[in-house]
Amino acid sequence: MPALWISRARIIDPASRRDSAGDLFVRDGRITPSLSGADRKRAKKIDGRGLVAAPGLVDIHVHFREPGQSHKETIATGSRAAAAGGFTTVVCMPNTTPPADNAGTIQYILDAVRRDALVKVLPTGCITIGMKGEALAPIGSLKRAGVVAITDDGDCVQSNELMRRAIEYAKMFDLPVMDHCQDLSMTDGAVMNEGDMSIRLGLRGWPNAAEDLIVSRNAILSAYTGAHIHMQHVSSALSVEIVRRAKADGIRVTAEATPHHIALTDATLSGYDTNFKMNPPLRTEADRKALIAGLKDGTLDCIATDHAPHTDYEKDREFDYAPNGIIGLETALPVVLEVLVRQSRFKLAHAVDLMTRRPSGILKLSAGTLAAGAAADICLFDPDEAWTYDAKAGCSKSSNSPWHGRTLRGRVKATIVDGRIVFPLAAS
Amino acid sequence: MTWTRRHLLAIEDLSLEEIEQIHATSAAFKKILKRNVKKVPALRGKTIVNLFLEPSTRTRMAFEMAAKRLSADVIAFDAASSSTTKGETLRDTAKNIQALNADMIVIRHAAAGSPLYLSRILDIPVINAGDGAHEHPTQGLLDTFTMKEHLGSMKGRKVAILGDILFSRVARSNIHALIKMGSAVTLVGPSTLVPHGFTTLGAEVSHDLKSALADADVVMLLRIQHERQGHRHFPSIGEYTSMFGLNKTRASWLNPRAIIMHPGPINRGVEIDSDLADGERSVILEQVTNGIAVRMAALYLCAGYQPEHVISSTE
Repeated sequence: MPALWISRARIIDPASRRDSAGDLFVRDGRITPSLSGADRKRAKKIDGRGLVAAPGLVDIHVHFREPGQSHKETIATGSRAAAAGGFTTVVCMPNTTPPADNAGTIQYILDAVRRDALVKVLPTGCITIGMKGEALAPIGSLKRAGVVAITDDGDCVQSNELMRRAIEYAKMFDLPVMDHCQDLSMTDGAVMNEGDMSIRLGLRGWPNAAEDLIVSRNAILSAYTGAHIHMQHVSSALSVEIVRRAKADGIRVTAEATPHHIALTDATLSGYDTNFKMNPPLRTEADRKALIAGLKDGTLDCIATDHAPHTDYEKDREFDYAPNGIIGLETALPVVLEVLVRQSRFKLAHAVDLMTRRPSGILKLSAGTLAAGAAADICLFDPDEAWTYDAKAGCSKSSNSPWHGRTLRGRVKATIVDGRIVFPLAAS
Repeated sequence: MTWTRRHLLAIEDLSLEEIEQIHATSAAFKKILKRNVKKVPALRGKTIVNLFLEPSTRTRMAFEMAAKRLSADVIAFDAASSSTTKGETLRDTAKNIQALNADMIVIRHAAAGSPLYLSRILDIPVINAGDGAHEHPTQGLLDTFTMKEHLGSMKGRKVAILGDILFSRVARSNIHALIKMGSAVTLVGPSTLVPHGFTTLGAEVSHDLKSALADADVVMLLRIQHERQGHRHFPSIGEYTSMFGLNKTRASWLNPRAIIMHPGPINRGVEIDSDLADGERSVILEQVTNGIAVRMAALYLCAGYQPEHVISSTE
């Protein structure tokens, strides 16, 4: 593999507190402080002028649907979508068919990753068998098989007792537990945020309180056991406040926000467009602002996409009956740049931090840095280039995106994994 | 003003002028319905498909009657024996109906927003006959038409809507129509079924029956759908009736000339005393009759005719 020489880029590496113009060197798949004269001659040169060289983005919440739902996405197509979006490490959720609640399924996923993946794809395992919330999955075996966390994402564990035992048990393996916070008894048949819009549209509402209750529950259980719980896709203002209070008390909780929850509100649902239907649902402007404030002061730890592919024929139907979820890997960076940097005045390095070092740290991954010796996982992007997103022309197998046809600003120019250019492929 | 709308999806979309056009057209058709020969040839040679994917008696029969009075051929789509039970999507069902050369679709569906969805994928007019808890525009139009017949202009009138508002498409369509017509709308019922959020639609929300009914010109009762809400939204039918059922004492709080309305089906002895339902202030059966004229107007206008055509023919 030839060395890489990215010249005159703006290098942003929050992990090493770097934000300066300069050259970035890669040899043998790793970041290196300099190249020898001979290496420089042979190196592949990339003109970085006008571009930002950041650590490859890290997304700790994606659905790649393999095994069992490969009509929606596969590890091959999902990892290409990740590469196109500047992501070099992604963590995939276990709600596959069958669910990833046993070591055999994890092995199947890892085999597919080795064979098909363009970026680093790390599996999670289920908390409970079949994600049914009734009995613990073989968490120790899952850990040994290679999961980086456990979660019943999509099906929140309802029993407080079972959740307590799960986190207590997982703590023995230093395995984080990620939770989709939803009190199911309060959200029967719910398809959107409960509020003025659900009243107007006549759709069943999913109240903030159903999320806030479980976020509180998790904070309390984490305080009681000392185990780490990560709150997935926080969407409610009060949940942000609960996490803030828990962190102030030294409780080991972390939390993520999605690009869509910080960019959109339930006002977008007036046309019953199912590409704005997800779980948790888009909420109000006050919630959206609270999420941004939570990201600013560190209450919320990172951005995660909840990339959730569904086919056209699954999404194109009555709002009540369409599945939840949208794809997000290929639009995450420009949406975050728009909402956090341009609208909310975050420093660019802060936004990069929320998509690299911070998510990596939650799961104690080695990703998310450009420090010398680190794996050469790099995202090279133009922070200002405007482009029109065509979801159907994207790399994901599905096109269920609320940003289809929209002009976005900020575009990934190259994605590099272990020193290999994986996007755009033509350049490699 | 000319009528330009091809679909009738929601009263929220309509202007006051459009509501008045439908009312005027309905009045003309009502005159025709009193003639010896009740049929007009307006939609001769046209086929209207009643795509009712949720049970309905009154609305389906009224639409069928209206279409036949306009000389259209009517095909009733029977959900129970149809391809939807075999897993066909709504899109495919609707596309097939269009491919069979239907000229118009009347849809009733349990999922809110379905008529709007159909209007975007079909080239033929779509009439909403009730979508989930969203809207039931022809019901709102026939209710306000009936109110105007009794009270004249609805501007400044006080209308109380009593009962299960949260799950009611009839309530939403009436709220939108009445607010546009300048009425004051008070929604009343238990706090779990009449959430405060309805004030954003321009209505008042009250849980005090006496003040809500005081001097009201109209009280509209909605059926308590206890089977749908389980036992979570209020303790029991008995408690509902004791707190919010309309009886003689409570009816005396109304304006003496007030009318009592109900979109049906009524549960006698639950939301309304049997005597009141049949009493002289009740216009419940007039609502049903007016439903034919209003639906004739809706079909006629969405088929591309102008109100003046039928109005001038009856003057």
